[in-house]
Amino acid sequence: MSNTAFTCPQTRTQVINAYFLEHRAKLLDIAAYLDRLDRAKPESDEPDFRDVAFTRCLAVLTDGQPQRARRILELLSDHSTEMPQSADGMKGASGAPQNIVEGGAL
Amino acid sequence: MSYIDPHIHMVSRTTDDYQRMAQAGCIAITEPAFWAGFDRSSAQGFFDYFRQLTEYEPRRAAQFGIQHFTWLCINPKEADDPGFAREVISLIPDFLKCGNVLGIGEIGLNKNTKNELIILEEHIALAEQTNQLVLVHTPHLEDKLKGTRKIMDAVAASSIDPGRVLIDHVEEHTVAEVLDRGFWAGMTLYPDTKCTPQRAADIIEMYGTERLWMNSAGDWGISDPLAVPKARLEMKRRGHSPDTVNKVSLENPKQFLSQSPNFRIEGA
Repeated sequence: MSNTAFTCPQTRTQVINAYFLEHRAKLLDIAAYLDRLDRAKPESDEPDFRDVAFTRCLAVLTDGQPQRARRILELLSDHSTEMPQSADGMKGASGAPQNIVEGGAL
Repeated sequence: MSYIDPHIHMVSRTTDDYQRMAQAGCIAITEPAFWAGFDRSSAQGFFDYFRQLTEYEPRRAAQFGIQHFTWLCINPKEADDPGFAREVISLIPDFLKCGNVLGIGEIGLNKNTKNELIILEEHIALAEQTNQLVLVHTPHLEDKLKGTRKIMDAVAASSIDPGRVLIDHVEEHTVAEVLDRGFWAGMTLYPDTKCTPQRAADIIEMYGTERLWMNSAGDWGISDPLAVPKARLEMKRRGHSPDTVNKVSLENPKQFLSQSPNFRIEGA
């Protein structure tokens, strides 16, 4: 669906009344998480791919374009097409594609 | 008001959960075979698990007036060894004769490997040969988009009608493609890694109520067996009509599941 305008049954004021405090708290959680990262000692000069992904996602939040949730999930997805033979030795999902550091995620 | 949780792993939940779900209006659940949190060491372990799903859990659920249905498979997380997986698949046809079995599931991919795909295709072939419904698990997090597409391609290569396949764990980046290709879509209300009740309500508002359901996928992880009634409450809070709420949490599950002759709601 390309146009999702006005699909929410509530008015903007009703949405803000219902959800502002909940998301104010989540916003502060993100701010405190970033502060915690700043205060933590780095183990390497290499950026962590999850941190790179997170920072790119933050930019989506304020770009003024619609469907932020879909676009963030796409940013956090593996866009490769090849399939390894086996999962032997592979870790579980980490939440962000490892190749995002090289700009290969999208 | 009544609801169905069409994807929950009750073998990992306490009897108290059945009680609370019944108190919240749950009349039926469907329980796909899944990963126990550790790899089973023999096919015999699956034989015992399938007996639990077809004999013991229906009795435990019935104590609270909840009907219990199930799906059978070897889940993708344990399907990376094709020889072992085939041993388990060979057990399934006998269990398909049990009265609470609705089909093959939850099959799919986990790390999107060739070995997993081979076993997915063999499960699809079994469903095709035995005319079973299919419940699909899509991979987690960064693997979901790629895996969902590969799974849909594998089903499309068979003769199975996509209207008899539910692709579960959809999120905002996969739901449109799943629905556009004619499949049913499931939204899983699971903390941290899948949808919240709020996001599920958003998806319903953006993509409509056709061929869409929601489930808790409650299991041994941090999860909530009351997630479906919480999502119903979220929809009500936003002003959705009782008919809309019922459609995604009761009528749609009934419509999809009724394609199996084993699915009947008592007293309906």
